[in-house]
Amino acid sequence: MPPPHGGKLINRVLKGKEREKRLEEALKLPKIRLTNEYIKDVENIAHGVFSPLEGPMVQEDYLNVLENMRLSNDLPWTIPIVIDVGEEEIKSVKEGEDITILSMEEEKPIAILHIEEIYDYDKEKHAEKVFGVKDPAHPGVEKTYQMKEKLIGGKIDLLDHSENPYYKYTLWPVETRILFKEKGWRTVVGFQTRNAPHMGHEYVQKTALTFTDGLFINPVIGKKKKGDFKDEVILAAYEELIKHYYLKDRAVLAILRTEMRYAGPREAIFHAIVRKNFGCTHFIVGRDHAGVGNFYPPYAAQEIFDEFPDLGIIPIFFKEFFICKKCGGMANEKTCPHPEEFRVRFSGTMIRKLLQQGRKPPKEIMRPEIAEIILRWENPFVE
Amino acid sequence: MKMAEEKSKPKNFTSISIPTTLYKKLEEKIKETEFTSVSSFVAHIIREYLAKMEEEKEVFSEEEEEEIKERLRALGYID
Repeated sequence: MPPPHGGKLINRVLKGKEREKRLEEALKLPKIRLTNEYIKDVENIAHGVFSPLEGPMVQEDYLNVLENMRLSNDLPWTIPIVIDVGEEEIKSVKEGEDITILSMEEEKPIAILHIEEIYDYDKEKHAEKVFGVKDPAHPGVEKTYQMKEKLIGGKIDLLDHSENPYYKYTLWPVETRILFKEKGWRTVVGFQTRNAPHMGHEYVQKTALTFTDGLFINPVIGKKKKGDFKDEVILAAYEELIKHYYLKDRAVLAILRTEMRYAGPREAIFHAIVRKNFGCTHFIVGRDHAGVGNFYPPYAAQEIFDEFPDLGIIPIFFKEFFICKKCGGMANEKTCPHPEEFRVRFSGTMIRKLLQQGRKPPKEIMRPEIAEIILRWENPFVE
Repeated sequence: MKMAEEKSKPKNFTSISIPTTLYKKLEEKIKETEFTSVSSFVAHIIREYLAKMEEEKEVFSEEEEEEIKERLRALGYID
């Protein structure tokens, strides 16, 4: 099993008497409210999902990530993990002090942030470096422009967890590492997804599984863009797929509670690092990984891995699969010599359109059991 | 002898001495690759080597491991 990123699994979850003491202190500290997406990432940091991060980034790390795609200690890291705040919200605190983090809905303190730095940043530069564009039509760029004016960095201590409707699917890295060990898996391939599975996904997963011991299906559960599958649909569809078409001892389904950034190549590296922390030895990178619209070249998310010889997880690259009528099955441009007229592509738009009309996609495209599960929802897509 | 790329090195970079003959050999070799300088090639190799040396430090005790296994059983992940 690979060591966690940076060599040590971060654990900033307070327990027992220490937690009780800090909880009491937290009630008296100045407070800041964060949206669910930020709260999930605070929990991810505390449980080591984002090891070696111990809190939202301080300026040196933030700038290094923007400029060099590395933390200030040279470890690969491509997505800034930051908390933005308004000046008004933090007027009663200064660097070196503590602040209590609350969610939007609940009064219970979630964490304490030990403020190391409060700093300014350039939103346009942030957008251009992370997403490669400044165009607000890109969902990540649009979100960046809506961020508040300051960033706040420092270590966090987790006191409690937020509401989690997917508790039974939530495993932390310390748990997956023990799980993989318990299953006797020496090699584990991680699969990132934000979709209900079609036959192309299944083929990719099973191809990778033929030369690894186990498959870790790890859907991103969190804020997504309009038209993406709803979280509950993705999970139900995967449960069904595993039940009918996978060996129980070869596949594990657990979620990653974070938002999609749609940062294409940079996000592919980030996704790989997170799966390394979960204990994966390999990570599947397909066509247009974490992309959106036509913002990134189709295989840019594979090419970027050349820049990271020290990632510590092996990427497995797949060309886009399609069905070739002449070959008589699944193929891709590396395996199929036939022209486009014989090829049936896995078009997300086509699958979505059929499902929206209440129709099942052809069985060569999507397993009938999966389509039936999805069609139980009046609207299976994010509105 | 100062190499051209060393003179123009950015602030957050430093120098490592290697034999001039080796430098020249690398300079020739990288012409056939995507590396733009000997420095970027050397940094790549060092990072690759360091990553291989990374070792895991166990962060859980036997007692914690048992607790976690109990949760994994309760959730149906292990029998």
